Amino acid sequence: MNALRQSSPLAVTGKYLALAFYVAFALFPLYWLAKIAVTPDKLIFSEGTALIPSKFTFENFQTVLLQTDFVAYFRNSLIVSIGTAAITTVIAAAAGYAFSRFDFRGKRLIIALMLITQMFPLLMIIAPIYKIVAALGLLNSLTSLIIVYTAFNIPFATFLMQSFFDGIPKDLEDAGMIDGCTRFEALRKIVLPLTLPGLGATLGFIFTAAWSELLFALMLINSNDAMTFPVGLLTFVSKFSVDWGQMMAAGVLALVPSCLFFIFIQRYLVQGLTTGAVKG
Amino acid sequence: MAGIELNNIAKSYGSVEVLRDINLTIEDGEFIVLVGPSGCGKSTLLRMIAGLEPITGGEFHVDGRRMNEVPPRDRDMAMVFQSYALYPHMDVSRNMGFSLEIRKAQKEERSRKVGDAARTLGLTSLTERLPRALSGGQRQRVAMGRAIVRDPSAFLFDEPLSNLDAALRVEMRLEIARLHQRLNATMIYVTHDQVEALTLADRIVVLNAGDIQQVGTPLDLYERPSNKFVAQFIGSPTMNILGVDRAETGVKLKDGTILDVGSRGEQKRAHELGVRPEHLDVVPEEAAHMKGVAELVEHLGSDTNIHASVPGVGPVLVRQHGHFPLKTGDAVNIAVDLEKAHLFGPDGVRLAA
Repeated sequence: MNALRQSSPLAVTGKYLALAFYVAFALFPLYWLAKIAVTPDKLIFSEGTALIPSKFTFENFQTVLLQTDFVAYFRNSLIVSIGTAAITTVIAAAAGYAFSRFDFRGKRLIIALMLITQMFPLLMIIAPIYKIVAALGLLNSLTSLIIVYTAFNIPFATFLMQSFFDGIPKDLEDAGMIDGCTRFEALRKIVLPLTLPGLGATLGFIFTAAWSELLFALMLINSNDAMTFPVGLLTFVSKFSVDWGQMMAAGVLALVPSCLFFIFIQRYLVQGLTTGAVKG
Repeated sequence: MAGIELNNIAKSYGSVEVLRDINLTIEDGEFIVLVGPSGCGKSTLLRMIAGLEPITGGEFHVDGRRMNEVPPRDRDMAMVFQSYALYPHMDVSRNMGFSLEIRKAQKEERSRKVGDAARTLGLTSLTERLPRALSGGQRQRVAMGRAIVRDPSAFLFDEPLSNLDAALRVEMRLEIARLHQRLNATMIYVTHDQVEALTLADRIVVLNAGDIQQVGTPLDLYERPSNKFVAQFIGSPTMNILGVDRAETGVKLKDGTILDVGSRGEQKRAHELGVRPEHLDVVPEEAAHMKGVAELVEHLGSDTNIHASVPGVGPVLVRQHGHFPLKTGDAVNIAVDLEKAHLFGPDGVRLAA
């Protein structure tokens, strides 16, 4: 026991080495993305495997922003992702709260159905979804993507939100209702402020999922006007060549909203907001 | 201020019955303690009074008005939770004033009432803090403050002291007693701790497995328990229960000793003898009813608890006042205070003297 607790310098070094290795491993693809984005086109193949290119350029970014439809793709993706994240989170929060707090007829059935929807590989249902969307006349519209993404993300988001609500002691709402709140007031004034970390996490998760979704976007969108970002990236692949530099530059730009989003919500993700509510 | 009446109150979850036929009238200003082992339904009963659990049977009246379906916010009752249930995102003064905030009270009124309550409870210097920055005892005070600020018609306490350490528990118990004296409000207090029950209550309600066993003043329950359950639940250390057979002039212990307990109602039904450790005495051999050996002697300073083993009778606990010079293995001669012994029938009901 003692030997374990008094960590030797060797163990500490080992621990940090392992962590460093893991971080390097996880971040390397991102580094590579950024590296190729700033490497001049003619150097990509000549010194393709060098860790640091001998010359830097921002030409790729310039081309992507000014000479392609990138800005339009970017805007489309933002609309779809924010729309999906917002709608999904609202529905999932309501459903998660109901699952967490109430017992009602059919609750188990609904939960089972939601789990079943998660069991099918996406490829299996892509054809029926296409037919439905086409029949509704929603092909080539951002609305179709928002609807489909929302439908697919609700089960997971609901279970996520339910676990956050489960973490908030029921006593708090009881106390609120004794103090004079209706159930809805207790939800709004007591539970909701405490669920912000959960809402933030769910928003972030769904936003990222919608942001990077390719399969449905590829199937349901053909027109250049309605293309989302992942589909747009494919336009850098032409029949005879791949424009690596521009593709990577676009990829780096695509990271920006996700990063901003997580910087914005990370303070809500910090746990410990509920400490002090009950016994300590 | 409120008189509360429970008529045939029952509670079941589906087919599981957790409370049956609860009848209780609580006078205005009375301090009632609901006590019983865990799972006996005492917290459920309190939550039904608060309006947090639906009442599935019977009638619940406050000041003559039927309240069965009235939502908690309209019952004018304040509750102190075992977990304190302080709102983690509000500071102490907002926690205490939340009920007034919801009722849209004037700001001056709110801060005056919160200030008064904070002063009473010694929280004035902490009003800006969040609950997580408070100690357990301080959180408990804030929870009480939140109830006081409302000036409700009744206070409900759900095991409010069970999360505190022993010393703090005694202190807060006194504080609650003082609060009751000062406010003279109706209070209903749930606990599993019989010391809290005996020290705080005007009347105690003993519950077991969903039934009321007995309602009475602390002394009533101590001196005249209605059955074996109450007898063993109230009083510390626990009452000795010894098997007996009836005899012509009293009862006969299992080792053959006759105890002349005088004539009692249905004495022929006597099945067990109950006698509290403090009603047993270590005496010279010739005055003894039972002769045994001390198996364990606990010296508590104010008292000495002697766990004796009496051949043919079983283990017997004797409590002697002050320090009693006795060691493990010593012989003990025990006399029973026959006046204060109880007889129980085969069904556990106490036979009246």
